[in-house]
Amino acid sequence: MADAAIGWTGLVLSLLLVAVAVGLSIWQGLRLEKDMLWATGRALVQLLAVGYLLVFIVDKDTPVAFAWLWVVVMLGVAALTARRRAPEVPGITRLTLGATSASAALSLFVVFGLGVYPAVGRTIVPIAGMMIGNSIGSIVVASRRVIGELTDHRAEVEARLALGQPWQEASKPFVRSALRTALTSQIESTKAVGLVFLPGAMTGLILAGADPVDAVLVQAAIMYLILGCVATNVVVIGLGLTRTLFTPDHRLVRLARSAG
Amino acid sequence: MLAFDDVVILDDITLSIADRGITVVVGPSGAGKSMLLRLLNRLEVPTAGEVRFRGRPVADLDPLKLRRQVGMVFQRPAPFPGTVRDNLLVADPAADEDDLVAALRSGGLDARFLDRSADELSGGEAQRMCLARTLVTRPAVLLMDEPTSALDPDARVRLERTARRLAEAGRPLVWVTHDLDQCRRLADTVVVLIAGRVAGGEDRERFLAGELTEDEDEDDPEPDDAGEIGEPAHG
Repeated sequence: MADAAIGWTGLVLSLLLVAVAVGLSIWQGLRLEKDMLWATGRALVQLLAVGYLLVFIVDKDTPVAFAWLWVVVMLGVAALTARRRAPEVPGITRLTLGATSASAALSLFVVFGLGVYPAVGRTIVPIAGMMIGNSIGSIVVASRRVIGELTDHRAEVEARLALGQPWQEASKPFVRSALRTALTSQIESTKAVGLVFLPGAMTGLILAGADPVDAVLVQAAIMYLILGCVATNVVVIGLGLTRTLFTPDHRLVRLARSAG
Repeated sequence: MLAFDDVVILDDITLSIADRGITVVVGPSGAGKSMLLRLLNRLEVPTAGEVRFRGRPVADLDPLKLRRQVGMVFQRPAPFPGTVRDNLLVADPAADEDDLVAALRSGGLDARFLDRSADELSGGEAQRMCLARTLVTRPAVLLMDEPTSALDPDARVRLERTARRLAEAGRPLVWVTHDLDQCRRLADTVVVLIAGRVAGGEDRERFLAGELTEDEDEDDPEPDDAGEIGEPAHG
């Protein structure tokens, strides 16, 4: 796979593309030059730090416990990221932690428990990273949709509560609709894969010199895992969040309009 | 008392609501009328104080059973998807055809409406369907939150007549309105609510005489905007 390494010269040359982006920003007066340079530098530093850490973790002599510790850190970072992206959702940190833990446990069990891959640092970290990373977006969408649906249909929800329906029943049509919306985009991207875009893992493997068919097999397994993971996340978040939006005596709490 | 985020909506309310006839709660917009009503079926809970239903604190009752006993019709009709029949069955999935027709008639609609799509009803019909839907649970008391504010004058009069019939048949009603004329037409008992408190004495008389300027639009704000607190007991 030596031919896949671009080296420092290659990296510097690829910065030409950043220069093009900066040039376009200046030309069009977008004032995004500083942002672009900051993002470029930050991404490089972050990736290098992760890269060096990975060298240690994937080393055959490093205990596998470090890889699992890395997974725990990723779960924490995912929860904080979700809170930053959807601060209006009550309890988002706790809910995200619960949802990603549940889906990571499920998917990692399938991958490693059933022996799809050996449970070593080289496989645990990237697979868990893809699962958890893909979860954040769906969690944010699902939680916003649940709040949006219940806010938009508050009158109908309260009409149902006023008829003596418990909150689980009164919220069901709206939570269902929110979960469908959140899941549909993942299903759509699963359908489009290969036709519209080549996903990251496969692209990376091909660039690194792997046989394209082998790369496809890996990617397909990952797509299925992500779909299962996203479905688990969306349902856990939907049910967990809905529970926090109603009081034990079946009243809908006041919701921020901004969440939509 | 009822307060949200330190904003006091209702304060110092001690009130007993008659177990018969129509009690009209009247007052300007933002006085807390809707919130007072929502306290009665526990869609809100008082920040301080107690609400009692027929002598028992509502906090001690199962909220779902209480809401079936204390039915509520909201300011704007909220039809559920499907037909009128589907709507009524939400209130009681075990209701038979006779129950549904009886509820529909009590709400002022005839049996032909059962298979109409709820989305296609006029505003007045939708509000009657919502009343019928509430009646399916056989509530002991009915709460009506400005139920005619979104209706044309003809539908308004029809709903008022229906309310009178229901009250005369032994089902007490609490009717919220900011319309003094409607209050005069309907009320057996009047509660005047101004700025979150029950008005008495001169304020009450002046409000009922239309001497206090109402700083409001024709439509009340959303129920969420108003609020009430207190220790009302009805029943």
